[in-house]
Amino acid sequence: MTTDVIISVKDLEKHFNDGELKALRGVSADIHKGEVVVVIGPSGSGKSTFLRCLNLLELPTKGKITFEGVDITDPKVNINVHRQKMGMVFQHFNLFPHMTVLRNMTLAPMKLLKKSKKDAEEKAMGLLKRVNLENRADAYPSQLSGGQKQRIAIVRALCMEPEVMLFDEPTSALDPEMVGEVLDVMKRLAKDGMTMVVVTHEMGFAREVADRVLFMDEGQIVEEGTPDEIFSHPQQQRTKDFLNKVL
Amino acid sequence: MIFEQWWEAIQPALQSNTLNFWQTIYKEIYLNVIKEGRWLNYLQGLGKTLEVSVFAILVGLFLGTILAILRLPEIKDMNARGKGGLKQVGAAIVRFLSKIAGGYINLMRGTPLLLQVLLINFGVFGSIRIEKIIIGVIACGLNSAAYVAEIVRGGIMSVEKGQTEAGRSLGLSGFQTMMYIVLPQAAKSALPAMCNEFISLIKETSVLSYIALTELTKAGDYIRSRTFSAFTPYIVSGLLYLIVTLTLTTLIGKLERRLRNSDH
Ligand SMILES: Nc1ncnc2c1ncn2[C@@H]1O[C@H](COP(=O)(O)OP(=O)(O)O)[C@@H](O)[C@H]1O
Ligand SMILES: [Mg+2]
Repeated sequence: MTTDVIISVKDLEKHFNDGELKALRGVSADIHKGEVVVVIGPSGSGKSTFLRCLNLLELPTKGKITFEGVDITDPKVNINVHRQKMGMVFQHFNLFPHMTVLRNMTLAPMKLLKKSKKDAEEKAMGLLKRVNLENRADAYPSQLSGGQKQRIAIVRALCMEPEVMLFDEPTSALDPEMVGEVLDVMKRLAKDGMTMVVVTHEMGFAREVADRVLFMDEGQIVEEGTPDEIFSHPQQQRTKDFLNKVL
Repeated sequence: MIFEQWWEAIQPALQSNTLNFWQTIYKEIYLNVIKEGRWLNYLQGLGKTLEVSVFAILVGLFLGTILAILRLPEIKDMNARGKGGLKQVGAAIVRFLSKIAGGYINLMRGTPLLLQVLLINFGVFGSIRIEKIIIGVIACGLNSAAYVAEIVRGGIMSVEKGQTEAGRSLGLSGFQTMMYIVLPQAAKSALPAMCNEFISLIKETSVLSYIALTELTKAGDYIRSRTFSAFTPYIVSGLLYLIVTLTLTTLIGKLERRLRNSDH
């Protein structure tokens, strides 16, 4: 990759329970602008923790994370400003149940980007159209299917016009017949040039869309490379064992 | 007036001590409610009870919500990031306030309301001329805040952690996330318990009769001192309390159903 680095992670460590549990044991990685990085690995290997450290939902125990040239682990940094530029999509959608779809999407742009209601709603309706949900603008989350909820969660994050999108197992809580519609939205986003870090068990998606695959185990990046390198020519025994199990 | 005519009509029976059941009831009602416009005493008492209750509920809600937030685990164990001196001091102050809030809640819930009312009336405001109704609002509001705090805290903790994370990941501050995302959902799940709290508060304002505030209980007691009827004045006051509390229960039940239908 010759493009600019947008997120740079150096020697990241995260401990839980006063150091008893080391979820991340020295992780370093660069995410480049426009790149799609897929993180795979067994359950409990630290994938979510790694992703959640990127926008400081988890505070790193050690190490440095630079986003757009700013060291966001510096306590003097106002993380709220940087989070606006990092969208996040969760396994369990986390839509706000007491607000309509439209309000879910316009709340943050109106409060943080100081957009007028009209501008925010215009932007939201445009995005809803792109995921074929413009007719659900006034629905409440409880009235949507899982696939619809996750597509709304994605466009809610996009309303803030982020530079990076972080996905933590976005299809793991979905019924199988709804996985496709969410992956399709993500593929289109990738094609449009969005920088994405995706934790997923969808190996087909990783093969097709990823520029780079990171394989994590026991809190470390064990191996990384292009999808072809990882899936067809894995070098590490742990990677081979994992792929044998899931493929 | 028809009431006077009926009163005249039962006079012979009253003189000869031969009142039948219905005549006895009417005598009680006439003496304790109608005569000398006594119904006005109850209504004025009811007015004071409602006035104290409404303002005490507002004080309790406001202060209770702040106490609840101070008692949240994130606040209780707040640690400043890094070693910035000012931030460390700020975090230490917040942790200290959290301890005070905890102590306050235990103190208010662990001592009788009447004792608190007397202390505030004779102790705190002993040498200051101040309306009894304001003392009532302060005492009942401060007391209610402790109960509200526990209810709101339960409500906040019942909101999934993912809701806060979603709010924060969009860039909303902790305060904005609390105001727009967590508290509205917490309020909904806390509504039944909150309804109970409002009802107890309304009833418990009756202890204010001890500091000579003529609220609804005191009004009934005053009528008893004039008519020497041992039952009727209290029953009239009680019925008025019931009307208020049942109306409140119905209204909040309706609100709950509407919230249930609107989402989830
Ligand atoms: N908030 C937390 N408190 C304590 N332990 C945690 C917490 N979050 C994650 N862990 C632990 O850290 C390890 C890595 O978890 P996670 O990052 O969720 O793995 P993955 O997403 O790869 O399944 C696991 O052992 C998990 O139990
Ligand atoms: Mg995970």
